Amino acid sequence: MIGEGSLEAIVAAHAGREGPLLPILHDVQAAYGHISDEAIRAIAAALNLSRAEVSGVVSFYHDFRRNPDPRPAIRLCRAEACQSRGSEPLAAHAERIAGNRVRVEKVYCLGLCSAGPSAMIGDDVYARLDETALSELIGAL
Amino acid sequence: MTTVRISDDALAIACGAERVARRFAELGCEVIRTSSWGMHWLEPLVEIDGIGFGPVTPADAEAILAGKADALSIGRIADHPFIASQTRLTFARAGITRPLSLEDYAETGGWAGLEAARALTPEAIVEQMKASGLRGRGGAGFPAGIKWDTVRLAKGERKYIVCNADEGDSGTFADRMLMEGDPFCLIEGMAIAGLATGAGKGFVYIRSEYPHAVARMRAAVRLSAPLIAPFEIEIRVGAGAYVCGEETSLLNSLEGKRGEVRAKPPLPAHEGLFGCPTVINNVLTLAAVPYVFAHGAQAYADYGMGRSRGTMPVQLAGNIRHGGLYETAFGITLGELVEKIGGGTASGRPVKAVQVGGPLGAYFPPSLFDTPFDYEAFTAVDGLIGHGGVTVFDDTADMAAQARFAFEFCAAESCGKCTPCRIGAVRGFETIDKIVAGDRAPSNLALVADLCETMKYGALCALGGFTPYPVMSAITHFPGDFVEKVDG
Ligand code: SF4
Ligand code: FES
Repeated sequence: MIGEGSLEAIVAAHAGREGPLLPILHDVQAAYGHISDEAIRAIAAALNLSRAEVSGVVSFYHDFRRNPDPRPAIRLCRAEACQSRGSEPLAAHAERIAGNRVRVEKVYCLGLCSAGPSAMIGDDVYARLDETALSELIGAL
Repeated sequence: MTTVRISDDALAIACGAERVARRFAELGCEVIRTSSWGMHWLEPLVEIDGIGFGPVTPADAEAILAGKADALSIGRIADHPFIASQTRLTFARAGITRPLSLEDYAETGGWAGLEAARALTPEAIVEQMKASGLRGRGGAGFPAGIKWDTVRLAKGERKYIVCNADEGDSGTFADRMLMEGDPFCLIEGMAIAGLATGAGKGFVYIRSEYPHAVARMRAAVRLSAPLIAPFEIEIRVGAGAYVCGEETSLLNSLEGKRGEVRAKPPLPAHEGLFGCPTVINNVLTLAAVPYVFAHGAQAYADYGMGRSRGTMPVQLAGNIRHGGLYETAFGITLGELVEKIGGGTASGRPVKAVQVGGPLGAYFPPSLFDTPFDYEAFTAVDGLIGHGGVTVFDDTADMAAQARFAFEFCAAESCGKCTPCRIGAVRGFETIDKIVAGDRAPSNLALVADLCETMKYGALCALGGFTPYPVMSAITHFPGDFVEKVDG
């Protein structure tokens, strides 16, 4: 699946840095949408780590996934400040309209806590969400 | 041509600032993108000749330009009570400068602190830091000068300055605003820390939930590199683990490992990043440094009360009418912040509880509103100031649900290293479920209290050790939300 050259290119781009593993994993996740066994093997070999060490790191962080999920995703803030502005009923609404088509993920705080409920799609952020605004966002995904 | 100033801070954008900016450009205005004033309930806030309008939608643009938008006008922004009543040291440039303009930065006093520090010996720099009384903003409030001195005196071929920009406490956004709005200020503070300690390199470790801040800091580092050389800064991005805001776990993460917390000692000041002596400070601590050196340690120490010196950027969040960033000297009371500055709840209902200090902070009832914002005063009422987040809940909040959430959050984010946190958090929400279901509520409440004691004293880091604050404060101050269900 993974084009050898490009995975190599990602590893090579970070090889000279101090502690390069996280930046490499971010780039692999961004390029392929997940971090496969194959990628783990190649990264481990390049950084002189065991495969267990690399997969241990991958599994620790919420941002990395081992398996692909091609569905578009929306990340809804579920932390306290958004809760106080009604994020929980909104999350239930999001699940309902997303069905199986869109992945609704949890995120704990986007730093928009005075204008919640908030969400993020890719790097785009949205605040002051209500059912109508959220339905529009999910519908457009 | 009319000049229109609109913030490009992530919150302004999340509220629709891009479309508003585009509309004004279409109407022939010169649009300048600035940092945010921090009056979040007014974003997108539009400023023309010092007069503010907000919150603005694209449809309002023509009326504003025609002078027919009195309903949206707030008058001169600088005179608005929310702004005029603040003491802005760290956020002095908020709303005023273009974040990536080196010109604006220098014109507003930027680099004066670094210049002053360059004329001092490392020892003298550290002395100034101690004299300023600046304490780490977040966590326990450890004096920054002492930390720096330890690293200065430590032996090591290499030393590092690490900026912790991964403190993802809900209800806080000052780090994000500072990095997006005044990135050079943080860079200047780190460069001064480098001079003080002999560190040649700094890392800013930013949470991945803040992509705007990451992009802004990367650009600012590129632009300012020649001005801080030979000191170098590299930006690193976290990967969605809350516990990486814990300093030793952040170091592991920077090294490319699982973000597990390290036992102390050794202190990071002796053996930190890659085993080298390391200063770890958070964003607000480092961003306060340029002021200390540009204006003198005494000028900084003159603000505040008791052993809490200087100012605290308070973040008014949650169900609050006037939410946003409010920088003030320590000593203002919690009630003044919530009722007077914040204007009470956004829903218009009575305030029920206020959580101070993020997800690991205590919930306060209005009866404790006379507590002054001060590290010691908060400790005295079993609370913590933490990162200065103030999250307001109205009377519809269910405090048993909030206590359960605290345990659930701890369980989801635990690094797994110690049992009280890893297992305790799960047992915690299970037990709260039983209480709420009316299953032997009194003895299960005692069990939760006991569990909290164990977590407080047995956990290795703040995640497990501070989760008892929200839980126990909810039980202590809002007992009705837990036992009402049993009694009737
Ligand atoms: S308290 Fe929790 S997060 Fe902290 S070290 Fe222990 S297990 Fe890890
Ligand atoms: S709590 Fe939702 S954005 Fe901070």
